[in-house]
Amino acid sequence: MPLERSEVEHIASLARIGLTEEEVEMFGEQLSNILEQFEVLNELDTADVTPTGHASGLQSVMREDLAEDSLDHEDVLKNAPRREGEFFRVNAVLEE
Amino acid sequence: MPELNWLSIKEAHDQLASKQISSVELTQSCLDRIDAVEDQVQSFLAITPEIALAQAAVADRMLAAGEGGPLTGVPVQIKDVMCTEGVPTTCASRMLENFVPVYNATVVDKLINQGAVMLGKGNMDEFAMGSSCENSAFHPTHNPWDLDRVPGGSSGGAAASVASGETIFALGSDTGGSVRQPASLCGVVGLKPTYGMVSRYGLIAFASSLDQIGPVGRSVQDCALVLNAIAGHDPRDATSVAREPQDYTATLGQDIKGLRLGIPEEYFVDGMEPGTRKAIDEALAKLESLGATIKPVSLPTTRYALACYYIIAPSECSANLARYDGVKYGYSYQETNDMWEALEKTREYGFGPEVTRRVMLGTYALSSGYYDAYYLKAQQARTLIRQDFDRVFQEVDALVTPTSPVTAFKIGEKTGDPVQMYLIDVCTLPVNIAGLPGLSVPCGFSDGLPVGMQLIGPHFSEDTLLRTAHAYETATEWSSARPTL
Repeated sequence: MPLERSEVEHIASLARIGLTEEEVEMFGEQLSNILEQFEVLNELDTADVTPTGHASGLQSVMREDLAEDSLDHEDVLKNAPRREGEFFRVNAVLEE
Repeated sequence: MPELNWLSIKEAHDQLASKQISSVELTQSCLDRIDAVEDQVQSFLAITPEIALAQAAVADRMLAAGEGGPLTGVPVQIKDVMCTEGVPTTCASRMLENFVPVYNATVVDKLINQGAVMLGKGNMDEFAMGSSCENSAFHPTHNPWDLDRVPGGSSGGAAASVASGETIFALGSDTGGSVRQPASLCGVVGLKPTYGMVSRYGLIAFASSLDQIGPVGRSVQDCALVLNAIAGHDPRDATSVAREPQDYTATLGQDIKGLRLGIPEEYFVDGMEPGTRKAIDEALAKLESLGATIKPVSLPTTRYALACYYIIAPSECSANLARYDGVKYGYSYQETNDMWEALEKTREYGFGPEVTRRVMLGTYALSSGYYDAYYLKAQQARTLIRQDFDRVFQEVDALVTPTSPVTAFKIGEKTGDPVQMYLIDVCTLPVNIAGLPGLSVPCGFSDGLPVGMQLIGPHFSEDTLLRTAHAYETATEWSSARPTL
């Protein structure tokens, strides 16, 4: 079942990616083709199958709760697109 | 100096340690080769000759003092997905075009501490998403065996640089075949270690339950030496596994008599090139003549691996790439004061089409109402795929398959159809899904293009895979073939 245009726009808004008109069209078609490939999984009876998150079997790895050196403050800000003093500068999040 | 750039790591090390050559000479030889062929191959995103020569001088001092190890003074290309302090790390994306890491990935630190010499950063598909290197935002890389063809991907730069003699070895990363498939298409050796064997600290994340760093080299022994150098637990990567250090060269040279090799019929897919099939059949006969027993086996869940992978990898990618918000680092759209518009434009202009496609796909698979149908189902399929492997590894020591069902294809040939591109990784994806080690070793040519044979083993069976590949490599001439450039 091909994705509706509105669905593509909804996904893009969830992913916070702007799309042009042509991209909405293109991704709609391509994503539909890919989703079609996923239908094969419906052949599998997974009712009693435990999901695997990753393959190493490690779980909840903990370390001693000790303070360690972290990155230097200036280093952290070195790649900031915009900064103000020792902060990252962002657009207003709340309306006045 | 005759062609030092073509030395193996072992040869380079022996000549360095005995002072026949210096690391500066060896490094210069690679830089000269880069000067000569890089216009055609374009395997690098950045070449760092000043850093390389400075590191070579340090290595020469280590060697003069009788210090260092097998990699001391040996040049390497690092895939541009691994952070290098002070050297731009772009992930082949406009999003990180100007990103300069303030720390090294653990693997980079390990190599530098051992005196390896960084020649520069390797080209790749953007954020390691792709199978042809054509998704690089900056330029494609060309296959040294036929410049009109792709080198494979995503670690296309790594494989092409090693195959063309620009570097002695390279580090790549493999999420669904990204080390093995380009190694196969370029006629070199590539190893994807067991999930958890190599620290991913400083590896820019794509799909965290699948990503693994691995070496690309011109011989099996080279890959074993690099694995020795990069394996091991790292407190900064909670998924890395603590194990006793192991020398992966120790079993090289031992025979493979009595080794049980399984041939999973499902990997010999429709659409597999006849020349690839022929090369693999001949390789199996060779392995048999070396004393291995060949046994047909079945992995019936193989047909679900592609769907499983293309749900899990994009889902994890959509979460990992949520960090690119134009605030902390990376590209930032600043022509507006509106927070949401800035975020959407940053990601629209920063990501290329394949990355956008996968972020969208993953966002969809994880979104409300679809999670059970897609992500949960894929993780259950993953359990079944893993159980299939566990079962056959009761009967055999390793599996032999083609690495890729096709040889290198023409640049532009498959870019229009994502599904066709995804199908190329059909033989390599299951290995990542199950967290297994996989290795690609050259096993012949089809119409002048390299074919790779994949060996797959149980978790932490790298020694068996390397020993088997080394026995095969030693009994054949394929690994010594060089492209004409």
